[in-house]
Amino acid sequence: MRKKYDIWSLVTLSVLGLYAIFLIYPLFNLLSQAVVDKDTGTFTLAYFVKFFGKPYYFNTLLNSFKVTFGVTILTILLGMPLAYIFTRFEIFGKSFLRILIILSSMSAPFIGAYSWILLLGRSGVITTFFKNAFGIHFPSIYGFSGILVVLTLQLYPLIFLYVSGALKNVDNSLLEASENLGCSGMKRFFIIIVPLIGPTLFAGGLLVFMRSLADFGTPMLIGEGFRTFPVTIFNEFISELGGDDGFAAAISIIAIIITTIIFLVQKYLSTRKTFSMNSMNKIRPVKARGLTKVLIHVYSYALISLSIMPQVYIIYTAFRKVNGTVMVPGYSLGNFSDAFEKVGRSISNTIIIPGISLIIIVILAALIAYITVRRRNILTGIADTVSMVPFIIPGSVVGITLLIAFDKPPILLSGTMTIMVIGLVLRRLPFTIRSSVAVLQQIPMNVEEAALSLGSSKLNAFYKITMPMMAAGLISGAILSWVTMISELSTAILLYVGRTKTLTVEIYTQIIRGNYGIAAALSTILAVLTLISLLIFNKVSKGDDLSM
Amino acid sequence: MSVGISIKNALKKYGENTIIPDLSIEIRDKEFFTLLGPSGCGKTTLLRMIAGFNTIEGGEFRFNEKLINEMEVSKRNIGMVFQNYAIFPHYTVRQNVEFGLKNRKLPKDEIRMATDEFLELMQILEYKDRMPERLSGGQQQRVALARALVIKPDVLLMDEPLSNLDAKLRMEMRQVIRDLQKDVGITTIYVTHDQEEAMAISDRIAVMKDGVIQHVGTPREIYHRPSNVFVATFIGRTNLIEADYSAADKLVSMDRFTFPMERLPVDSDMPVTLSIRPEDFQMSAMSASGKSGGLICRITDVVFLGLNTHYQVELSSGQLIEIIHESVMDSPFKIGDEVQLTLKSEKINIFTRDGSRNLIHA
Repeated sequence: MRKKYDIWSLVTLSVLGLYAIFLIYPLFNLLSQAVVDKDTGTFTLAYFVKFFGKPYYFNTLLNSFKVTFGVTILTILLGMPLAYIFTRFEIFGKSFLRILIILSSMSAPFIGAYSWILLLGRSGVITTFFKNAFGIHFPSIYGFSGILVVLTLQLYPLIFLYVSGALKNVDNSLLEASENLGCSGMKRFFIIIVPLIGPTLFAGGLLVFMRSLADFGTPMLIGEGFRTFPVTIFNEFISELGGDDGFAAAISIIAIIITTIIFLVQKYLSTRKTFSMNSMNKIRPVKARGLTKVLIHVYSYALISLSIMPQVYIIYTAFRKVNGTVMVPGYSLGNFSDAFEKVGRSISNTIIIPGISLIIIVILAALIAYITVRRRNILTGIADTVSMVPFIIPGSVVGITLLIAFDKPPILLSGTMTIMVIGLVLRRLPFTIRSSVAVLQQIPMNVEEAALSLGSSKLNAFYKITMPMMAAGLISGAILSWVTMISELSTAILLYVGRTKTLTVEIYTQIIRGNYGIAAALSTILAVLTLISLLIFNKVSKGDDLSM
Repeated sequence: MSVGISIKNALKKYGENTIIPDLSIEIRDKEFFTLLGPSGCGKTTLLRMIAGFNTIEGGEFRFNEKLINEMEVSKRNIGMVFQNYAIFPHYTVRQNVEFGLKNRKLPKDEIRMATDEFLELMQILEYKDRMPERLSGGQQQRVALARALVIKPDVLLMDEPLSNLDAKLRMEMRQVIRDLQKDVGITTIYVTHDQEEAMAISDRIAVMKDGVIQHVGTPREIYHRPSNVFVATFIGRTNLIEADYSAADKLVSMDRFTFPMERLPVDSDMPVTLSIRPEDFQMSAMSASGKSGGLICRITDVVFLGLNTHYQVELSSGQLIEIIHESVMDSPFKIGDEVQLTLKSEKINIFTRDGSRNLIHA
């Protein structure tokens, strides 16, 4: 007797159903908005013609490319050597530095941008100090270079983490063999190590690329005249002079096409160059001597200080006395009491919305990982592919897609918490599924088979046996998702209404309004939340690697 | 050009932890020399000191007359084969083999010729454009050997090179390595924990334990005249039986059984430990009279293994002894039988009671 359908078929169909409603349907909706004339209901490419026809719009695309390619290259140039140094040498205070690196990458980029403005902006403390003391004028932090600096310092940790992970798989005897055959030092780094970690470098580079392409807050605050893609999408959609849904949809479609192409190119490049490596002898850090020792310490400390500085400064200003929108001498906790009084709701929202999302994400990720690993068939294959789609959709496009789809019956969700939860779940699921898949692949199938042979039902075997074995991996994945979600801005900024403001949205709003004290206090609260989450992560994962 | 290697008073420490306290050996030119010992005995540590991957805390390491203690890894002109081969996964077979020559900046056609020569020698020329992941374990091993030898090293170092292969391939490759070493004529130091492999392949073996060399000698010497009980038990199988030596009548007595031992250069009575290999017992049925000329015992287990049959017997003292006999068509012995044992007394070894010294050897 062969049973063709079981509980997992039902799970597969439910997952596909959810994706059909909350992803496929909205995407088709977006596409139809982009190519159907609102008034006549006929097919039109007018929006696309408008975009590519006017330099005003088209240039934002070029600007975005300038930023993303620049940031990707710079993060690799900064992050890869740092990872190599950390793997190869003993560094004073290494574990502390590692926490700082992770911490600096976990805040919302626009907060970094804002802090850099406070430091290096027109009336920034450093700018003013040098102008008054030495008459030196700093180059402008606004525009392209500012975005580049902020995003690079924000995102190089991703490359650092990816490359560190890859270096763990490089067998030390490869390095020894190379040295034995007469090739060591920098030469060895470039002809042996770089090719071996190439695929991971591509993957990390892709993530940096996607993040910097999608980032909305940074160019909005520090870009001034330098407008990028997400800014344009946002402006066209939200514009107070009556946003144009159709045009915003068309730009969104263009964004998705571009990211898809980049994604496929990366996939093609890295699958062609992947080597299976099993590392019996890991690279062990050695003591550096002489000039090398000095140089690697200077490099590590300088880079990491620079990247953590904005956060530190924001936290410092949170304790400054503020009068209206102007900082005055002296320190107080006034900013915090103001923050709790006026916008306390955003704090609870930041716990509730990502919290609910997290529960849904963990359950769905475990189920989807299970069906794609253990029940390979066409349907689960489709579920696997579809679940990855949001990975290549920029955050603001996710926001617009959901708004357009659920702003009208049959499903009216705009302005609710639900729609914000959906946005977060969609965006974060691909990452959590990937890490769950990796965890699940480590667990042998026969453990579950043993449970089945002992009379357990399939679902029971999953919850009682497989889930607990996945737990540690799932939880550490979940904490990372949590950290990313509480600092999320680009989707939330489109979906929020007064009642559902989150911390990041509130901080952004307060910065725009000039309430620097409250903004700083809220940023500090966010930083503390992040830090606590990371410490819990460290505890749970027992010092395992972070993977985004 | 192959060299002799001389190591005097080598010292290796990790922090406060001494791995090798004081070790000296001489390895002759073109010799196949094996470091054999259980894991953690310091054999790989010593090999890596010679290769230059481990620092040397004390002593003198010389290739011929030249001191190499502080010499850079890449200047030592050593061919090294790693336990997991360490084949560069992003290079083809040919690129892997060429790698060392390219770093030596040799002319292109010379590199080509030398590479072809060694690919041919190792019989992997047909795979020259393959990526390593498409090679079997044995083929990867051949690439590793070709890569190590193509640079014409003074010394070839091998760190458990066969441990990742299955049993059959291991036998085949050890013959390949042995033949190759003789053809090329290169001083070779080989590390393994497999005593059978060491005996099959080596000119001489150094048995190590706790960073100290226990015995250096040919496989034959080490097997037949081990310098102490550790070596006797580590190489092959043996039975250890406590006995007493009486100097006056030159007799060894144990468990109600006495036999003469003429050759022992000992002048006083002393307790000893006998080491008797399982094949050095002769087993026969009890004579009808019940009077025995040997050690009386009872068979407790019989395991038929084809070529040989293994017996486990119990002495009257309760000690269990392992005996190996060539199998015969109709085995006369079965479990429960009383039998008597005699010894091939020229083959047994007699140690001091604590096992630290072979009395016959001395």
